[in-house]
Amino acid sequence: MSRPEDTLPPDLFYNDTESRKYTTSSRIQKIQSDMTHRALDLLSLTHSSLILDVGCGSGLSGEILSASDAQGTPAGPHVWVGFDISASMLGVALEKEVDGDLFLADAGQGVPFRPGTFDAAISISAIQWLCNAESSEESASGRLSRFFNGLYASLRRGGRAVLQFYPKNDTQKTMISSAAIRAGFGAGLLEDDPGTKNAKTYLVLTVGGGELDGDITGVVRGMEGVDVMDERRRAKERRRGKEEKGSKAWIVRKKEQMERKGKVVKANSKYTGRKRRIAF
Amino acid sequence: MKILTLNFLTCARKLCKSSNTAFPLHPQDAELEIVEQDMNVEFLRNILPRLMWEELSGVVGELGLPALPPTVPTLESLTEKKLKAAENDPTGMNVVEVEVPSQVALDLHRLLLETCVKEGKLVCGSCGHEYQVREGIANFLLPGHLV
Ligand SMILES: C[S@@+](CC[C@H](N)C(=O)[O-])C[C@H]1O[C@@H](n2cnc3c(N)ncnc32)[C@H](O)[C@@H]1O
Ligand SMILES: [Zn+2]
Repeated sequence: MSRPEDTLPPDLFYNDTESRKYTTSSRIQKIQSDMTHRALDLLSLTHSSLILDVGCGSGLSGEILSASDAQGTPAGPHVWVGFDISASMLGVALEKEVDGDLFLADAGQGVPFRPGTFDAAISISAIQWLCNAESSEESASGRLSRFFNGLYASLRRGGRAVLQFYPKNDTQKTMISSAAIRAGFGAGLLEDDPGTKNAKTYLVLTVGGGELDGDITGVVRGMEGVDVMDERRRAKERRRGKEEKGSKAWIVRKKEQMERKGKVVKANSKYTGRKRRIAF
Repeated sequence: MKILTLNFLTCARKLCKSSNTAFPLHPQDAELEIVEQDMNVEFLRNILPRLMWEELSGVVGELGLPALPPTVPTLESLTEKKLKAAENDPTGMNVVEVEVPSQVALDLHRLLLETCVKEGKLVCGSCGHEYQVREGIANFLLPGHLV
């Protein structure tokens, strides 16, 4: 199946018909909901927050942000602002009377909010579109850099962003994540079910609290479910001939080691032991 | 668009990035509506220190809404203690103290989260660009030459 990004610009692809079809498909609703919950887990919000939803579409992700803690949204309900380039998608969101504020805007033109506005940002299945720039005057890399620079500035220090996207290939994955790092983010790339047709890629971004947090490996490290590996550490481990950090063997060994020391080992979650690809 | 959002939104043009008049945007010909939302004191407590109060007061004035107090309310003023009959007490004699949203919180909630710009435009004080608002959705798409 061809990628929609390769057929039309997003505002033309998500026309009235497609937007309605997209939003009413129970299969899509389920996938988008699962991914939004996964992104929320990675954000680990501790209080009701102001959240930016990039490429919010018809609000499938936003509706989950508006749900309460009791309904399964950690620390919810949250207040969100969503923007999307497709007026049709936003039209469907209006009909559904979503609680978030909606903007017709192009993420590739930046993020028009004053510095430190948002506690967090999410984006579900949208930013791969930024790599297709044939319809615009600016290059894909220019659009990515405007987006990530704007996103970085609009987040509070200590804030996080989790962006799930469908990279076309490894080049595109690297292009997107390195644009984020160039904007100043600490970054980790997480993959659920890699190598399968259900593979999901999450770019997890943190905004450091100041000079001391400038080292990206320090910021994202310790976040639940995200492993970061930078070139420096990878080289060291290669020298020592160690098993790859994050591999199943590594997790099992660490867990046994900790149990032997009498430490409490984190309860298994549905993601435990699943193979994850690690980048950076 | 909530009044809250207007306290964070800036002009999208590059040339206005470093201008100090590109925030806040100025509502013009605005038609307001009230959209009720559940009260959420925790959110107010989170957002209050991030508000730019003077700019909020300015926008409130431009919209013709009642003036705000001159300084931003304290976090403590968002809740108050109230006596309430204890639950499961058939005698009705026992009271417990509970924390409830204060009038200050209710007013802030009304203004920031329930008062919305439904139609009109938002004008940049620096470049003069007008962002249209239709059915509460602002159009921030810039034509290529304005990016
Ligand atoms: C697959 S939909 C996802 C929508 C929503 N996040 C969800 O989970 O249902 C992708 C969305 O990204 C939007 N999009 C694509 N390029 C965009 C851009 N440059 N700026 C803003 N939104 C964009 C599309 O219009 C579309 O609504
Ligand atoms: Zn301007």
